[in-house]
Amino acid sequence: MASEALDILIGGEAGQGLVTIGQVLAKALVKAGYHILVTQDYLSRVRGGHNTFRIRTGPNLLVAPREGVDLLVALDQESLDLHAGALRPGAQVIADIGLTCGLAPCLNLPYADLAPARYQNTVALGAAASLLGLEMDLIARELAAFLGKKMTPEVTEKNRAALKAAYDFTATRRTGFKPLPPPVPAGPRLMINGNEALALGALAAGLKFLAFYPMTPATAIALTAIAHAKALGVVCEQAEDEIAAINMALGAAYAGAPAMVCTSGGGFALMCEGVSLAGMSENPLLIALAMRPGPATGLPTRTEQGDLELALFAGHGEFPRAIYAPGTVEDCFSLAALALAQAEKHQGPIFILTDQFLADSYRAVEPFDLGAVQPVRPGLATVADEQGYRRYALTDSGISPRALPGLSRALVVSDSDEHTEDGHLTEDLAVRVAMQDKRLRKLAGLLADRLLPSFQGPEDAELLLVGWGSTLGSLEGAAAQLSAQGRRVGVCHFSQVWPLAGEDFLERFARAGQVVMVEGNATGQLAALIRRETGYAVGRLVLRYDGLPITPEYILRQLAD
Amino acid sequence: MATIEDYGDITTAWCPGCGNFNIRQAVKKALVNSGLEPHQVLMVSGIGQAAKMPHYLRCNAFNGLHGRGLPAATGARLANPSLKIICESGDGCNYGEGGNHFLAALRRNIDLTLIVHDNQVYGLTKGQASPTSLEGFVTKAQPEGVWATPFNPLAVAVLHRASLVARGFSGEVEHLAGLIKEALATPGLALVDVFQPCVSFNKVNTFAWYKEHTYLLGAEHDSSDWHAALELTANPGPKFPLGVIYRGSRPGYASHFPVLEQGPLARQGVDQEALRHVMEKFL
Repeated sequence: MASEALDILIGGEAGQGLVTIGQVLAKALVKAGYHILVTQDYLSRVRGGHNTFRIRTGPNLLVAPREGVDLLVALDQESLDLHAGALRPGAQVIADIGLTCGLAPCLNLPYADLAPARYQNTVALGAAASLLGLEMDLIARELAAFLGKKMTPEVTEKNRAALKAAYDFTATRRTGFKPLPPPVPAGPRLMINGNEALALGALAAGLKFLAFYPMTPATAIALTAIAHAKALGVVCEQAEDEIAAINMALGAAYAGAPAMVCTSGGGFALMCEGVSLAGMSENPLLIALAMRPGPATGLPTRTEQGDLELALFAGHGEFPRAIYAPGTVEDCFSLAALALAQAEKHQGPIFILTDQFLADSYRAVEPFDLGAVQPVRPGLATVADEQGYRRYALTDSGISPRALPGLSRALVVSDSDEHTEDGHLTEDLAVRVAMQDKRLRKLAGLLADRLLPSFQGPEDAELLLVGWGSTLGSLEGAAAQLSAQGRRVGVCHFSQVWPLAGEDFLERFARAGQVVMVEGNATGQLAALIRRETGYAVGRLVLRYDGLPITPEYILRQLAD
Repeated sequence: MATIEDYGDITTAWCPGCGNFNIRQAVKKALVNSGLEPHQVLMVSGIGQAAKMPHYLRCNAFNGLHGRGLPAATGARLANPSLKIICESGDGCNYGEGGNHFLAALRRNIDLTLIVHDNQVYGLTKGQASPTSLEGFVTKAQPEGVWATPFNPLAVAVLHRASLVARGFSGEVEHLAGLIKEALATPGLALVDVFQPCVSFNKVNTFAWYKEHTYLLGAEHDSSDWHAALELTANPGPKFPLGVIYRGSRPGYASHFPVLEQGPLARQGVDQEALRHVMEKFL
């Protein structure tokens, strides 16, 4: 058997409560000791339209989403019609008796007999939990915990009754469905998605100020910080627009608060002048950019890796920056913490690029090692020469000691004009050149601090799959499947895409039989960047830009073409 | 105690006779009269001739982007409650490019002193219409005269019940210094819109024009009377009142953030115990 993992697909219209039961089921699976990998596919509307909540689950670590379905929880006929073709051998459908299952092996439940209509999703949840072999107490507890936050005790109790009726009904039915194998004993794990982990990483590193304007799929980064803002002493502000958000964050950063903004394509486009200001004024700023397909409004709720070049070139003029691209939910935590520290150290804009797939993807992860994160210490603790302090003192590294306004008698002058060492505007062209050289010298420091691309598999692979950001798991999954067929396949993953150094990867590329760049965009932006920086032309591109995440199957199909 | 000299005597790039000189003098006087020292003060500005003010005073300064002085000042205010922050820019910066931020600042009632140099023209870009240019004002960019109605910042500020709404005139330095001093002592947003002649690019709204078209508000005006303030500002002209038009009682925005009672965010660190509790919510 290739895998002990199962794919559960919950399908229905927005407003039917599929995210509720998806989250409760995922949480119960994690509590029971299983791994999960959630893929959410939803339309940009509050009601109606076909949405899915897909949970891949099993006793062992899961790295990539898969395309097949083992348990289809159909809340409407459309879910059956659209996904019956993806059912694997041994798969099972859960549906109301009113729905037509055709040839699919189907457990038709009399929803109306089991519970009132408004608890239909809870009935489906009870049936799914029963088939999967989860304990009734566990799923009931997780449902109550979820609903208890927003429902009255009476409604929570009615949900529990519906859950139990469906659970018990299902237990009396015979199906050919094989429940999950028992979990591997382990300590408790977090159920957390990319957005939440990113926020938590920044908070652990000492984030003190966040400004944002709501935009899918980045909003949950801000909502996570806001939910814990009081407990952690963080100022979070919903700005009037993205331009305000980034300028607020820069004002706060200037005043010494480790600061971030979170946004997506169009919102980030509005921030670009502010990115340039971060570069010129040399104020630390973490920019979390959760990508979705563009141009313009594009596909607001789908995924893409189309904004690497936007992040790389955002802002007029020339100034240094770094761009991280987490491959896992754990990376979202650790790279957000690193990025906040790098912003403080190098005094400028630092990016963390995710996408809708990773942002919304819940995983079961080991609790983060909070003690390993060293919180950022903003600015100088003491200023040696307060009277003679110069904010932009010329240094070999390009980094000028940063005093904070109001925390000493030193006057701190931060300027968007070209400026002298003391921060005041100048049109002295020799000073201009000296200052531009100073700012650009910081790139060497960023380069020295870069994360190396990771390599897996044989050094002399016949096929090397290369990618960046959220596609890591699918690269690994595709490589594992090809390796199982006897091929020598390696994986190279960039969790930092700028600055790049050819010495980190060109030799390995040269030794591979074929190098294939896998990217979630239409033009191969990392491949183009590598060529620009090193002259190395990747032989083949596997690209996806239909709004869906790259899966191992997708990579294999493209390679077979 | 700080003196006028502590705030420097810095050579400027302003035109001779510009109203900015008097406004700078009034700002210095207000700061000194408020007992503030340069390191306690932060001046934030956008871009424009007025926005160069932070470079011509000795104090902390953040000279940001055109139109974006207010958000930067808001961020700084919410990061360090002990700084006394003045956001100072022109009518184009605050009411045009940054119009959305002006509305949001009024809605928040963010604790800042906002000084707007209102010369009813774009100076730095050499003489186009500004949001407060009068209808019919002819420029090279509006050769048939301005067709849009002028923005009314004071009426909008009163409407949103900002903490302080005032208008000064660069020709009345002592009066203006008094307005700014009161603004500095006001929690919440204190708007001081300052009429000033642009000697180079506005040949209509001259020093003499402002003298003729303004009057000092008398004691009969009750600045706590919202309706009276609205009446005073809603139908401006032919003469514009100078003085405190409205004093509001909404709380300053910073008061909604208890964390700021503990001082600057920069020195607060991470509460490891609280952080662990937050992570455990994901278990």
